[in-house]
Amino acid sequence: MDWLLIFKSLLALGGLGLILGVILLIASLKLTVKVDEREAQIRSILPGANCGACGYPGCDGYAAAIVAGKAPLNACSVGGPTVASKIGQIMGQEVTATEPQVAVLICRGGKEEAPHRFEYRGAEDCRQAALLLGGPKACIYGCVGLGHCVKVCPVNAIKMGENKLPIIDEKTCIGCGKCVKECPKGTLRLIPRSKLVYLACVSHDRGKAVKDVCKVGCIACSLCVKVCPVGALKMENNLPVMDFSKCIDCGICVHKCPTKSFIDRAPGRPKASINPRCNGCGECVKVCQFKAIEGEPGKQHRVTSEKCIGCGQCVLVCPVKAIDLVGALGHAMKTV
Amino acid sequence: MTQMNPAKIFLAAFLVNNIILMRFIGLCPFFGVSTSLNTSAGMSAAVLFVMLLAAWVSWILYHALLIPLGLVFLRTAVFILVIAALVQFVEMFLKRYIRNLYSAMGIYLPLITTNCAILGVTFLNIDYKFNILQATIFALGTACGFALAIILFAAIRERLEDAPISPAFKGYPIAFIGAALVSLAFMGFTALFGIS
Repeated sequence: MDWLLIFKSLLALGGLGLILGVILLIASLKLTVKVDEREAQIRSILPGANCGACGYPGCDGYAAAIVAGKAPLNACSVGGPTVASKIGQIMGQEVTATEPQVAVLICRGGKEEAPHRFEYRGAEDCRQAALLLGGPKACIYGCVGLGHCVKVCPVNAIKMGENKLPIIDEKTCIGCGKCVKECPKGTLRLIPRSKLVYLACVSHDRGKAVKDVCKVGCIACSLCVKVCPVGALKMENNLPVMDFSKCIDCGICVHKCPTKSFIDRAPGRPKASINPRCNGCGECVKVCQFKAIEGEPGKQHRVTSEKCIGCGQCVLVCPVKAIDLVGALGHAMKTV
Repeated sequence: MTQMNPAKIFLAAFLVNNIILMRFIGLCPFFGVSTSLNTSAGMSAAVLFVMLLAAWVSWILYHALLIPLGLVFLRTAVFILVIAALVQFVEMFLKRYIRNLYSAMGIYLPLITTNCAILGVTFLNIDYKFNILQATIFALGTACGFALAIILFAAIRERLEDAPISPAFKGYPIAFIGAALVSLAFMGFTALFGIS
């Protein structure tokens, strides 16, 4: 056996390893990049969804941009106010929180309600289908239904329903807005998570043109604008536009809409109930848009609960506070 | 092999003996990273960079250390050791001094420390008895060939993503079939010339 060769090999390989190890050790000491420790702290607070809703490449990018002073502290819509205030503590600044948002589908025309005008046999991709004459659906404004939003959702909150419309799980949705940006038809939007009522139609056509292609499309009758008690709705380009800062979630537009184009996110609504304090003034009868309150003047009025939608308008006008809204636990957090 | 001219070495490494499609070396990044054009371009840049460095270092080490000591049989261990350490060092260096380059290909550097394509080139340089200039050109050509193959294939895979494919073939199965077809196409170059 050649002992010299073994010795030489050991020496060469071991020596090489040792030299390289020392070089790397020196390099790691000399070349370390000083990372701002606030960056690491902020990064640990951020949700880590890497959704990009803040406009920076992932949570790392956002943390770096905050420390560099380039990014607003409240840009993280996923973390919402809690994360924003914690970042504010680290950076020593006051922050105004952003309202958490949720993505909703603003089209109700599934394969039942909105028929196709031709059979599409191309790639299973909304963007591609939308390029072909505006998509296979007879309504050229509506959801194509091939599920591009399902693919781009970073938290798998969207799945395709049987009616060929995406269903968004509001509990899982982080409100990053990725689906909104990617949808070729613009049939998704972000609304404030606390708001319950929104219009689910994007058709800029009116009347018969909509009726012909979709059973649930907005026909631009503008009834909702007239019935809205706070003037939160305004007709723009044949669609009612909701001002969420004014909307009180009463739900009157939802029930008045002849085409059922509005969606009510409330899990349940309360009913009005009149107690014996009622002096029979009749103010509530005048304000109720659903003829749900009856009674002779001077006597206690009654609510027909089948007609009452729980909008709460009567509560606001009653001079003697004789009306309560009862029931519907899901609604308890909202004060009308 | 010493009489081969540089252009011929480059073309041979680039097309005729393409490292992925003809030699079937470096298939892991070829399938792993080729899902999108961006990542495959970043990977290609990192491979080009590391492959050149590795070719130089390994060539010098082989001729200056292993041959004089008669330890040629140790080349596998030595090359792996040296290339791994080198890439680590370069990564730290880039992170400290050339931040832009680091953010462009930083995440791919650790992935290819001892990638078989890198190691393969260092061995081929020795087996073909190249001098250092030829070794450089061979490494350059191989890296360009790697980039060509992976970027072409990424474009194909991006299209496959949206194509109506039977669920049984979706994903890797159709990628393997596609790779085989691209490889077959490259076989056409073998009739030209090449290094054997």
